[in-house]
Amino acid sequence: MLDLTYDAPKPKTIAGATGDWELVIGLEVHAQVATAAKLFSGASTQFGAEPNSNVSFIDAGMPGMLPVINEGCVAQAVRTGLGLKAQINLRSAFDRKNYFYPDLPQGYQISQLYHPIVGEGEVLVEMGDGTARLVRIERIHLEQDAGKSIHDMDPHMSFVDLNRTGVALMEIVSRPDIRGPEEAAAYVGKLRQIMRYLGTCDGNMQNGNLRADVNVSVCRPGDYEKYQQTQDFSHLGTRCEIKNMNSMRFIQMAIDYEARRQIALLEDGKDVVQETRLFDPDKVETRSMRSKEEAHDYRYFPCPDLLPLEIEQDWVDDIASGLPELPDEKKARFIRDFGLSDYDASVLTADVDNAAFFEAAAEGTDGKLAANWVINELFGRLKKDDRTISDSPISAPRIGQIVRLIKSDAISGKIAKDVFEIAYTSDRDPEEIVETEGLKQVTDTGAIEAAVDEIIAANPAQVEKAKANPKLAGWFVGQVMKATGGKANPKAVNDLVTAKLGL
Amino acid sequence: MMTDLTKLTIAGARDALRKGEVTAAELTQSYLSAIDEAGALNAFVHHTPEIAEAQAKAADARIKAGDAPDMCGIPLGIKDLFCTKGVPSQAASRILDGFRPEYESTVTTQLFDDGAVMLGKLNMDEFAMGSSNETSTYGNAVNPWRRGNDDTALTPGGSSGGSAAAVAADLCLAATGTDTGGSIRQPAAFVGITGLKPTYGRVSRWGIVAFASSLDQAGPMTKDVRDAAIMLRSMAGHDMKDSTSADLPVPDFEAALTGDIRGKKIGIPREYRMEGMPDEIEALWQQGQEMLRDAGAEIVDITLPHTKYALPTYYVIAPAEASSNLARYDGVRFGHRAKLAQGEGVTEMYEKTRAEGFGAEVKRRVMVGTYVLSAGFYDAYYNRARKVRSLIKKDFEDVFAQGVDAILTPATPSAAFELGKEVSDPVEMYLNDVFTVTVNLAGLPGIAVPTGLDRAGLPLGLQLIGRPWEEGDLLNCAYSLERAAGFVAKPARWW
Repeated sequence: MLDLTYDAPKPKTIAGATGDWELVIGLEVHAQVATAAKLFSGASTQFGAEPNSNVSFIDAGMPGMLPVINEGCVAQAVRTGLGLKAQINLRSAFDRKNYFYPDLPQGYQISQLYHPIVGEGEVLVEMGDGTARLVRIERIHLEQDAGKSIHDMDPHMSFVDLNRTGVALMEIVSRPDIRGPEEAAAYVGKLRQIMRYLGTCDGNMQNGNLRADVNVSVCRPGDYEKYQQTQDFSHLGTRCEIKNMNSMRFIQMAIDYEARRQIALLEDGKDVVQETRLFDPDKVETRSMRSKEEAHDYRYFPCPDLLPLEIEQDWVDDIASGLPELPDEKKARFIRDFGLSDYDASVLTADVDNAAFFEAAAEGTDGKLAANWVINELFGRLKKDDRTISDSPISAPRIGQIVRLIKSDAISGKIAKDVFEIAYTSDRDPEEIVETEGLKQVTDTGAIEAAVDEIIAANPAQVEKAKANPKLAGWFVGQVMKATGGKANPKAVNDLVTAKLGL
Repeated sequence: MMTDLTKLTIAGARDALRKGEVTAAELTQSYLSAIDEAGALNAFVHHTPEIAEAQAKAADARIKAGDAPDMCGIPLGIKDLFCTKGVPSQAASRILDGFRPEYESTVTTQLFDDGAVMLGKLNMDEFAMGSSNETSTYGNAVNPWRRGNDDTALTPGGSSGGSAAAVAADLCLAATGTDTGGSIRQPAAFVGITGLKPTYGRVSRWGIVAFASSLDQAGPMTKDVRDAAIMLRSMAGHDMKDSTSADLPVPDFEAALTGDIRGKKIGIPREYRMEGMPDEIEALWQQGQEMLRDAGAEIVDITLPHTKYALPTYYVIAPAEASSNLARYDGVRFGHRAKLAQGEGVTEMYEKTRAEGFGAEVKRRVMVGTYVLSAGFYDAYYNRARKVRSLIKKDFEDVFAQGVDAILTPATPSAAFELGKEVSDPVEMYLNDVFTVTVNLAGLPGIAVPTGLDRAGLPLGLQLIGRPWEEGDLLNCAYSLERAAGFVAKPARWW
């Protein structure tokens, strides 16, 4: 079990002219399933291919073509469900959502309205200040993505790229348990983190592989608690849905704007109209996309081309037994086994690649020191170069070597930074660098003593000053270090200087 | 060399080909000539003589090499609903103008792999929606049969009207059909041939233009029961590309044709005795029962209590699925696209393209289907229909559980009617399916067998309905009925 206990964060309140308002937020996160082939066709899902090159006859909605479920996508949805501690439905079914658009060649999206593959689950969203929100997951269903319409390439024509058509998405639907813009972003971040650990979604928001529809409403303090007690939505305000957000920052901006817009309406004595809105990041505002009256009637009905999807409990158990350690467990273990601080453990487990790198670096040595080196030195250096951990020029075992060299007193922390820089820039082995460059720390007190004696003898005036003002002893330490090329053990030098000067 | 090659059956042609009495090339040429002379029937809407000749040549080589499946060298007509690679495949709709698929349907692939020869594509009702072939963009096919000396043009039935007319008029040895509510069995009965709708899932739907996916099933339309058995074996089988196709072995259906039905229990459903049914149909049904009894079967009265709801149920479910299946015909990627005026956009493109591309019956069904699926009506119509459908299915399960082997019913409520007579009254037209739709709703195999002629000299057929996956048994019952009925009449040639 997790040994992590948190208090719930306070809901975000916005002060209005007539009193305080609270925010209530629910999210529908669309995560592209990490698989080589699409949900119902064998076409590739590779990003960035030539337009309309990853398109099968099925994706193009050609006459007589039929969908066949990709088992890999089902496994990924199950894996994600298990990662979110959710109910796995052994029987689920696909429905058609009908609407016309040129980037939807079939004229319908195959989705799972009535019987989703994953039922209720939960996610713990830490807020970084010691608080955390437990967000309930209502369901996860599998569905097809649409293609891309391009309207700005020609003044008279629109273009359609069907590469994304039919790619598998998992729609992860939360309950309205999120109470502020920061929580919403943190929730998306936590889902992203978990799915990256699971390998079920790469979480690349820029490429649109992770997008969110955000439902926002506002209510008076106390109303939400009434909802919690009764699960009766009438205690909550009318919601608006902001579509297709693909940036954590925009999600926060949009929620904040939308909440304030709704509060202004309500305080003006007007009603919030349930509708779909779009966020304009340039103007920082949301705009009505279509009202409830204009809303599509999607005419959902069971897809007659697909039989109900039935999976075996044994198959689910196999997937469960192969699940990797998830972020919450990993963080707890890092704190427990390596003695890391909560903060360091959070930083290192934020991303699965970071965590794996750290563990490789810490292997067989001081975990806490290794964590310092990974977080402070390596992450800083990578950031400077605009690199990620996956293309770090220095490997985890080499960071481990540096840590071991420090721990064995072979080099000082200061020298270690030089060794790191050389290893980072020239792809060399730290032990070899220390050997070749003669950077090994001098711990032989005889050699250090000789150097101290030499400096004292050569600087009688300084000796007198130091005796009057002991703080000046540091000047001698510096001179000795300089004379030994920085290799002398600083503590040994310090002790000797203090003794010889009789301080 | 045989004299009239077009009078052969598949079985007869197969044997003659193997014996070297005839070549596939000769057979093919005979049919190509017959087709050329039969323009008045408007059965073939795309002719593929080059393909036919090449396939016949290849078939002759296989036959010569001794590697010839039963269908090798057999000239066929293919319903326009099947996508055939490089050949116009329009589902008899204007909206698919110019569409030549880059793929071959599973059914035609299997037939061609077995050496069958494609003579061309056959007329049908647009998107298989119709019972008279009159909704075709190519104009209707004509029934080769006439009422005695009366030259009033009659319907070949629908939707597989071109297939029926072509087989009855000896323009091909057999044809593919598809059956969503009776589209194989009703036209077969109207032209005096055999039409088999297999169990849902027996034949792959991949590459067949979809009408109502949960009901559509392809099957053979042949000159006799044996041919249906031979051709079904080639068409059937599990297809990974169709999730609703069944992973079951395909038996040798022809081997099941023993003609021995002694001890078989044949059910006569009382609900199929319809108000106002012509006495000739009633009499034929009686005769059929007697023939089967004489052959040693036990005739039992059965009840299928939800039968009266079948037609309305069908006309909710089929249009609902069709409204969704036909959404892809939008003018964006293939087929017809309307010309747009300055300033018109994608909405106008959809509206005009579909208004121009679809005929009246297709539009009617798309609208009905859209309506029954719409918010607020879904439960009252579509969901209710699904529930009734499962009750209809259960009616049959109960009867089969009581030991009934097959059910005998009329195939159609009348003989072939005049073209133009019912086309203005959709409900009247829909009543043509009254005996056949239950079979599609329940996913069962059904076969129409020509059994007699009415007073005007038009063919009438009976339908046998079988247990799921027991096409062999069903075909054997049909074979027994066929032998007892001894139906040998042919339409007098007028074309």
